[in-house]
Amino acid sequence: MKKIALKDLSALLSLIAETEQIYLPCEKGGQVNYARYEDGVKVDLSTLKTVKSAKEVFFPQSETLYTMYKEGKKIRITQQELQSEDFILFGVRGCDVKGIEVLDKVFLSAPVDSFYSARRDHGTIVSLACGEPEESCFCTVFEVDPTSPAGDVTAWIVGETLYWKANTEKGEALTEKCASLLSDSDCAEVEAEKSKISSILSQLPYTNLSLESWHGEATKEKFSSDLWKELYKPCLGCGTCTFVCPTCQCYDLKDYDTGNGIQKYRCWDSCMYSDFTMMAHGNNRTSQMQRYRQRFMHKLVYFPANNNGMYSCVGCGRCVDKCPASTNIVKVIKAFSEKEGK
Amino acid sequence: MQELIRRMKELMADGTVQRVLGWKKGDLSYNPEPYYFNTAEELDEFVYDGFCGANLSKYMVKGSNLEGKTLVLLKPCDTYSFNQLIKEHRVDRDKAYIIGVGCKGKLSPEKLKEKGIKGIKSISGAEIDGDCTELKIDTVYGEKTVAYKDVMLERCHVCKGKEHRIYDELMLESADTCDGDRFTDVEIIENLPADEKFAYFRQELSKCIRCNACRNVCPACNCRKCVFDSTKFDSEQKANVDSFEESMFHIIRAFHVAGRCTDCGECSRVCPQGIPLHLFNRKFIKDINEYYGEFTAGEDAETKGPLTDYTLEDLEPDERR
Repeated sequence: MKKIALKDLSALLSLIAETEQIYLPCEKGGQVNYARYEDGVKVDLSTLKTVKSAKEVFFPQSETLYTMYKEGKKIRITQQELQSEDFILFGVRGCDVKGIEVLDKVFLSAPVDSFYSARRDHGTIVSLACGEPEESCFCTVFEVDPTSPAGDVTAWIVGETLYWKANTEKGEALTEKCASLLSDSDCAEVEAEKSKISSILSQLPYTNLSLESWHGEATKEKFSSDLWKELYKPCLGCGTCTFVCPTCQCYDLKDYDTGNGIQKYRCWDSCMYSDFTMMAHGNNRTSQMQRYRQRFMHKLVYFPANNNGMYSCVGCGRCVDKCPASTNIVKVIKAFSEKEGK
Repeated sequence: MQELIRRMKELMADGTVQRVLGWKKGDLSYNPEPYYFNTAEELDEFVYDGFCGANLSKYMVKGSNLEGKTLVLLKPCDTYSFNQLIKEHRVDRDKAYIIGVGCKGKLSPEKLKEKGIKGIKSISGAEIDGDCTELKIDTVYGEKTVAYKDVMLERCHVCKGKEHRIYDELMLESADTCDGDRFTDVEIIENLPADEKFAYFRQELSKCIRCNACRNVCPACNCRKCVFDSTKFDSEQKANVDSFEESMFHIIRAFHVAGRCTDCGECSRVCPQGIPLHLFNRKFIKDINEYYGEFTAGEDAETKGPLTDYTLEDLEPDERR
């Protein structure tokens, strides 16, 4: 275990930034999101949840894949370059680290997504324990440990000190790079912090949420339930839940006419949108009820069915905080539990 | 609130209405959801308190297609939206039974967070029957107290008033919450030097994640299919793919709702990135007031709006008053 005084954090970040880009939570216009560390940014490690999750660093909301130029009667195609420089993702909470594990299942399985894979190869994740979890948090339900999140390095902020523990080779390499600013420490403060956080977690309202009836074999029973016909009604069909979600991974591929060529880009898509998976034959989900059902079935049934039981929800609670109509995955899980008498 | 529930049950029982469109208790103390109650028993889960900010008038676009009458609860500001929807032939007046409910200002869970209040277990003081002056909040980090008006939605500080513009009956008292002028912030921006104004817009609009929550919640955005959702439009409704679109989406939307926006404030309430979208709409309202005379969309369901009417006195494009 290593440590550094919090007042020296900017020196630590500057040292890392000499050789590698850093992405970390920064405040802009009153909101905290991941941004590149540079002069003038307002680093904010105390806000628990960034609006958008850390996924956007590996899987940006929109990115160009290749560009086609018209040159006389020929077309020239330029492929977008893959990430080739190492970078650091700093201050990632346990839920978002788990979110990246979920995305890995999608993008690193064959056929491997080269854009995502290059970013994963070059990125080092420094996670941050959650000193003060909030009422909308339920990551423990999905077996996330916010007291000691995964990542290449795990950090804890206790009082005026940041504690630091490397977990992987990448983490060791980063620790080595920062050796001049980190000093050795015992684990006493961190252990006390962990038990303090655990006691808070046990008091949060969603701690005992039960996932008992949600699993890969529940497709038929859950899909055909009449409950969806009631649950979807407040839904406005906006994409807030999907865009703030650390695990929503669907994207659309589009052409952008630049005037003298075409930019092929991809951007996050939302299963809440009416043109989602629109094909020549039309759309396979024509009502908002079907779209609403799809989102939760995917997270709690289809994804576990295809990924050895792993859910594609990590309990970050962003949808709980942000849904304009206050409908969310927790209410869905509870409504089914109530109906099933569990 | 018990009297309101009793009355709603009565109207259901005597067949006046088939259902109630109101708010259902949340699973946290601040997240009630819009809900259609189909039976009297379901109304046991009904709630109407300071956290019922959602404007239900747009839900009546769908409600108008349901069998029989729907009892809909509208706050004073929501009735402006409802009138405007009648004017645009998007809701059916005859399919609605409107109980105009009093309002003592609606609360913002975001503002509670900004005050550092988290780990909320329960909140008292938001009940509509109370005096709504102070909230007592029990959290896992201890007891907190906050003045009601300090966590009220921005729109309530510039409230249009306690009068319901359309209703079948009225219930519950309202309180005066207005303590500001709604054009003050617009004037501040108008008076900024051009480069600062541009920087301000860039900062705010670059936060947009194109979730379309503002558009989908907006009672004035009631097109059956939005042009931005067309697959034939050479634009993207899902992401800000270029800086032009990033800058222009909200401005185009503000133009589209100009003269029809009632300033209900739902766009700013729902924006996950806290973009003060209402300021665009207020700029248009202010300009319309200056160019065509004072006009408030939704005051009634008949008067033609200044941008959909024509008179010989109308301004010419290069003319200013």
